[in-house]
Amino acid sequence: MPNLEHSAYPAATLLHLESLVPCRESQVSMLLSIFGERQQLSFPSIFIYGHTSSGKTYVMQTLLNTLQLPHVFVNCVEHFTSRLLLEEILIQLQNRSSETEEAAHVPCDTFNDFVRLFKQAIVSQGLQDETFYIVLDRAEQLREMEANVLPAFLRLQELTARNVTVVLLSEIVWELFRPNTGCFEPFTLYFPDYSIGHLQKILCQNHPPEYSADFYSAYINILLGVFYMVCRDLKELQHLAALNFSKYCEPVVRGEANERDTRKLWKNIEPHLKKAMQTVYLREISSSQWERLQHDEGEAGQLKGLSAHAHVELPYYSKFLLIAAYLASYNPVRTDKRFFLKHHGKIKKTNFMKKHEKTSNHLLGPKPFPLDRLLAILYSIVDNRVAPTANIFSQITSLVTLQLLSMVGNNDQLDGPRYKCTVSLDFIRAIARTVNFDIIKYLYDFL
Amino acid sequence: NQIEEDLNKQLFDNLVSFLRRSHSEFQEKTTEWNCQMKSREIPTAALVLGVNVTDHDLTFRSLSEVLQNRVTPYVALLQAKDCPGIKNLMQKLLGQLMNCYVDVDSEEDDYVQTSQNRIRCSMTSLITWYESVTKTPSKKRTSSRHWQSPPVVVIFKDMESFTTKVLQDFIVISSQHIHELPLVLVFGIATSPMIIHGLLPHSVSSLLCIELFQSLSCKEHLSTIIDKVLLTTQFPLKLSEKVLQVLINIFLYHDFSVQNFIKGFQLCIVEHFYTQPLSVLCCHQEEVKKRINSLSHNQCENIRRLPSFRRYVENQPSEKQIALLTTDGFLKETVQQLLDDLNVYHENYFPVLRCLHVFTSSLPKYPLGKQIRELHCACLENRVWETEEYESFLQLARMLNKCDLVTMLQKCVEILVSSPGKEFDKTVEKLKEFLTQFQKLEGGCALSYVPLQIKLKLFYNGTNGYHFLWYILTLLELKESRRSKKLTKFEMLRFEVVDYIDSVVRNYLVPADHKTLHEIVYFNTASVLREHLNAAPRVALHTALNNPYCYLKSQALRSDGGSISNKAPDICIVYKLHLECGRLINLVDWLEAFSTVVTAVEGPNADAPSSDQVDDVIHARFIRAVSELELLGFIKPSKQKTDHVARLTWGGC
Repeated sequence: MPNLEHSAYPAATLLHLESLVPCRESQVSMLLSIFGERQQLSFPSIFIYGHTSSGKTYVMQTLLNTLQLPHVFVNCVEHFTSRLLLEEILIQLQNRSSETEEAAHVPCDTFNDFVRLFKQAIVSQGLQDETFYIVLDRAEQLREMEANVLPAFLRLQELTARNVTVVLLSEIVWELFRPNTGCFEPFTLYFPDYSIGHLQKILCQNHPPEYSADFYSAYINILLGVFYMVCRDLKELQHLAALNFSKYCEPVVRGEANERDTRKLWKNIEPHLKKAMQTVYLREISSSQWERLQHDEGEAGQLKGLSAHAHVELPYYSKFLLIAAYLASYNPVRTDKRFFLKHHGKIKKTNFMKKHEKTSNHLLGPKPFPLDRLLAILYSIVDNRVAPTANIFSQITSLVTLQLLSMVGNNDQLDGPRYKCTVSLDFIRAIARTVNFDIIKYLYDFL
Repeated sequence: NQIEEDLNKQLFDNLVSFLRRSHSEFQEKTTEWNCQMKSREIPTAALVLGVNVTDHDLTFRSLSEVLQNRVTPYVALLQAKDCPGIKNLMQKLLGQLMNCYVDVDSEEDDYVQTSQNRIRCSMTSLITWYESVTKTPSKKRTSSRHWQSPPVVVIFKDMESFTTKVLQDFIVISSQHIHELPLVLVFGIATSPMIIHGLLPHSVSSLLCIELFQSLSCKEHLSTIIDKVLLTTQFPLKLSEKVLQVLINIFLYHDFSVQNFIKGFQLCIVEHFYTQPLSVLCCHQEEVKKRINSLSHNQCENIRRLPSFRRYVENQPSEKQIALLTTDGFLKETVQQLLDDLNVYHENYFPVLRCLHVFTSSLPKYPLGKQIRELHCACLENRVWETEEYESFLQLARMLNKCDLVTMLQKCVEILVSSPGKEFDKTVEKLKEFLTQFQKLEGGCALSYVPLQIKLKLFYNGTNGYHFLWYILTLLELKESRRSKKLTKFEMLRFEVVDYIDSVVRNYLVPADHKTLHEIVYFNTASVLREHLNAAPRVALHTALNNPYCYLKSQALRSDGGSISNKAPDICIVYKLHLECGRLINLVDWLEAFSTVVTAVEGPNADAPSSDQVDDVIHARFIRAVSELELLGFIKPSKQKTDHVARLTWGGC
């Protein structure tokens, strides 16, 4: 049952195309009907969007390649300035027919130049009679280039007066693209997410040759059962499937179970997959480490993930600086007197608490504080005298570069810099514990 | 200076061994990925280096050197401050890679140089460049060291400081081209690897194949350096307790930077040889004789003036005293002998120190410090056997179980045998004798001590209930001894061992400043070092402005009680006046006060007209002084009130 029908192309090619793009038949046929025949004028610009790994790039690439339509394919992240982007399009265009001979590099700074050069190139390549396709992947980057680039691409057909179609691929909706000044509205096409059935079908397609398709699809079934709740990303699932398959095959290889014995196989793989979800999927440990782990079973507990190394060692005064910064960030200024003055007797606790706002400071996040306050708190929490040496000041800046503190507001150094403490409560409590400082006693929120 | 060189070598050895390990993993990884091409992950090494950022530069430099020598000529080092955007990053990357290509073969120098300006900074040009470099089979001499297709290593020096966007873009781009360009990333991380997840979203971090490498912690690094450099007899110069304490404090309290520690040590060397005239004698033993013979009369006088030498002289019989104080020749002989003594003392000191450390480091609560440097400091400070900690050490040592005691004794024997000192033969023999005695006891006592051993194990593990356990143990001990009425053989032997160790310690671990002529080899002035290394700019500025005599040494400024002298520089007067004000300073009042102070001398014969009209010259001087203060950051113009300036410092009054 050929889903794809088009008069311009031979049925065999279409059938082949259909086998290459499973679960995307309707989108492909839609595209084909827009494209029309080779010499027919197509819609000037098409905007395709859909979630991560819903096959946008893949479908476009296979479609254009199998039908052998003239096209260039450019990634906008890679070519991060408009100049690079335009030059890349021209270079690909020139290299299309003459692979061997190195095309002379033409500088192309503005869109005006591009239009002119593009026209020349189309003529020189003999493509006047065919629709030429420019595919811009990750098109959301276009918004960050000069204001004229996106509108100009959208009406490139009109500007060049050539048979050209621009296809934009993006993960976000068209509404977020529309510039203030208005522009030509492209034809938008949505690629929906793959359903679980689709995923199953696609994943089963590339089963390893030494095992039967049924065996592999049973494996995929188990895999999806574990991972579908947390991850619908096709690429990620493919990656996970490849990583864990050898483990799944183990009983078969050892001869303990045959390929049909799904229950036994499931028993074997399920805890393994659960562990994979906690580690590999979160990139706590890398996939190569994971593979090594599978080889030598025994020392599974040895490898610690990335987050196991959360402990940070700091010099003694840096710890106190960080604690002082934390206190300054989360305590209101007027409470400093109560916490750090020896004889604060006059402020009664009840009286003091009356003014208490209901919201916790920890919910509001850290507040900026001036350098002087930080140093004043530091002097009062450190037991012995601290000389205000250059080392102390340089430690503050190094804490900023380590992103444990952050500088706020104007960056005028003379003008009393203001900082914020960006570490979490757990972190600061761990730090405080190493220097025997009871931080909870000094925090206004925990009074 | 040879010591510096040695220091660096030591440091590098540490690093290279670490790098070799990480490098071998790289190799493994990249080959693995070559066969697993279907995945688009970029092999990445997350290098956790600790917070001592100042050391990282050296680490990375040697890392790239090692990589260039062993793995690949294509190494690029990127720094966050050079790469505010993806464009700059690519430019930097291409520049570094192509330059290192130029270094490999210099014939094509001009060609590359000229084309560099026109080169497009994109991944495609990088790939074409890479292909052209690897495909041309002409330079076989380099490729023998590297592999067939050497990976391109990109090192991000300070991961934390890179902006998220730049990193993300770069990773996405390079993952597109991982098939054409074997890229390996190295992230230098100062805090914790969690930062990777903080910086990169899942979609990006899933493109990486991250493996973690932990570098040696800086504290360990420091201990090895102290161990190899300070606790040997190899280098003639030694640090006294206070100096070492200052250096270690700066390290622990302030920066964790081994680099700075080494620099401090170098400063000590320079200071010592510069300020101490007798430091000529601080050299290797072979040269000492020559140098002593060439001492001039003045230098001999210098020796006579040394306090430790004076003490030595006073303890001599009177005719010898006279000879020492008058004849240079005799003095030289004695000095030679004394220096030899000092050398022998060092030769004995360090092995015994290490032995003692073997004991103390395995006792619970570490009575004399966990690190050997702490023990070293304690021994240098005063007679270690007079301290309370030492008492508790002996007590604990008397309670050791047999296994531990035997292993410790064996370790001590090893240390002593490997040491160059000549006096240890007897000690070693004695220790060996103890060991054989223990072996004889084996059959009889092994069983009866099992319960105690278990208790002691508990004792080591429990850290918080330390005192409690202590009591229980002493009680048990008492009960046991009461029951058996007399000490077992093992206990007798144990007491003997501990007493013997005590005697050894008393014999060899005499603090250095009790030794004659210690001034020659020990660097002593900790205050100088502290001043140099732990600068206090605010304090210095305050003293300069508050008490100009301190720096200017002009007699006119000498008599400074609390009043403001008009002979002081203008800026000092202005500064002192501003200390008396609050947060906002009225400029007019300030000016008036200033002119009163300046014209104070002419005060008695005051002219009526000049008193209410401020002299133009004084006005100008005032403005100049105030702007100087503003430049120094003490005040700034305020917008809250006209004619006022705001103070930026507090706590002056």
